[in-house]
Amino acid sequence: MNETLTALTDFFALPLQSPRIQRALLTAVAAGLVCAVLSCWITLMGWSLMADAISHAVLPGVVLSYMFGLPITLGALIFGTGSVALIGTVNRTSRIKEDAAIGVVFTTMFALGLVLNSRMPTRTDLEDILFGNILDVSNTDTAQVLTLTALALTLLWYKHRDLTLYAFDPVHAHTLGLHPRRLEALLLGLLALTVVVALQAVGIILVVAMVIIPGTTARLLTDRFETMLALASAIATTAALLGVLTSFHLNTPTGATIVLTQSGAFTLAYLLSPRHSPLTRPRQRTRT
Amino acid sequence: MNPAAIDVTDTTVHHGHILALDRLDLHIPPQTVCGLLGTNGSGKSTLFKTILGLTRPDHGRTRIMGHTPTAARRAGLLAYLPQAEQVDWTFPLRVDDVVMMGRYNHMGPRRDPRPTDRQAVDQALHRTALTELAHRQIGALSGGQRKRAFLARALAQNAPILLLDEPFAGIDKHSESTITDLLRTLPAQGHTLLISTHDLTQVPTLCDQALLLQRRVLAQGTPEHVLRPELLMQAFTTHTPQEDPA
Repeated sequence: MNETLTALTDFFALPLQSPRIQRALLTAVAAGLVCAVLSCWITLMGWSLMADAISHAVLPGVVLSYMFGLPITLGALIFGTGSVALIGTVNRTSRIKEDAAIGVVFTTMFALGLVLNSRMPTRTDLEDILFGNILDVSNTDTAQVLTLTALALTLLWYKHRDLTLYAFDPVHAHTLGLHPRRLEALLLGLLALTVVVALQAVGIILVVAMVIIPGTTARLLTDRFETMLALASAIATTAALLGVLTSFHLNTPTGATIVLTQSGAFTLAYLLSPRHSPLTRPRQRTRT
Repeated sequence: MNPAAIDVTDTTVHHGHILALDRLDLHIPPQTVCGLLGTNGSGKSTLFKTILGLTRPDHGRTRIMGHTPTAARRAGLLAYLPQAEQVDWTFPLRVDDVVMMGRYNHMGPRRDPRPTDRQAVDQALHRTALTELAHRQIGALSGGQRKRAFLARALAQNAPILLLDEPFAGIDKHSESTITDLLRTLPAQGHTLLISTHDLTQVPTLCDQALLLQRRVLAQGTPEHVLRPELLMQAFTTHTPQEDPA
């Protein structure tokens, strides 16, 4: 019993002695939280592919920011929102379907990023950008993440009912004199912002997991949106905490470990959720 | 004289190359129940969209109680009951959550419900006989109950003008009579209703006025006047080149 307790204390206390781990933990929890809250709308809107696109499309922005010594958040944000606008334009002004427009724009941007990176006088460490390097975030990085997280959460707190109305029934939003296009732009802007925040924690390749898995997991467990927000937040912050600590002890990549912890939560919810579980579902169709 | 509840003048709408409304003139007096009759492709949905400001006409003028569609929406003058298949029914919302969305233009910018809003929601649920289903997820409702939930949302909104798109399509008898009885009480409370329907048998009991649409108004007047065989023949046999894409 005592040994278990000591082991448990060690699991939490040992890593926390290092300021490096403290910073990583703070960054991961903040990024995980804001991604989780947003993920509830993203999964209901069916914007998973859009999230993946934005995360890849920021690469040239990150590389150019290194080139000119600017904060990478700035470059990433410009290319993130720019890509969303480009996808919207291609989608509206041609006969191309949205998923194809997304595919064309994000692969083009990602390729542009790779080429730009190869031409840079001082190469950035591509691996850090692609896979994240949360253990080496600076105080400035952490401060940026916290500021943007606070900004995004404040906007979501203020607008969450309008966004839910837009996601459920944009025509009703219009009838009430609201502006569905503006709400869509706000949600896409927040998605770009959030992806940029989470980039620091888990890198370009895995960031999409952070804005899909928590909301999807929570959706399996509840039929109420407000509960979904709370559950997604709890799942993501716990996963960030356990992921960082586990990666410290097992010496595994931090971003990937956080994502795997979230995946573990999803698998549990999928198997055990009362109404949706494939283990307990009756044979006949249960959909209404 | 009061301004018309809905006033559409000389309005033409194209969807691409398809002519949906052809120099349509329409005047609906306040506090009436007006049935909108016509085939698929006769422009019923387009007319709704024009009144709501969802479609921009090539030509013409729309006024709702003397206001432009934009001003009317902002002032909360319009409520709209869409056909049920237009929203995602798996969405994690309860019936009372959806009805509360009718109150959003009575609330502050964060849409925090006040006691009066909760009262209006309870009342609307009661009038549509949904009180006991208030905590159900919306997808767990039957077709008729879904229509009633949308109607409850419109009642909670308390807009003077209600636009109802095929409220009787594919619903059970119980829901149909609940909805019909309720709609009949609304003009006395100051509401004007425009109801599109395929079901001609409903019209004489439900509507004060009927309106026969075939890209323009073929006839308007009392149900007896409009439901004459020769007029119906004209409206329901006129060749429509293409389905209304809406």
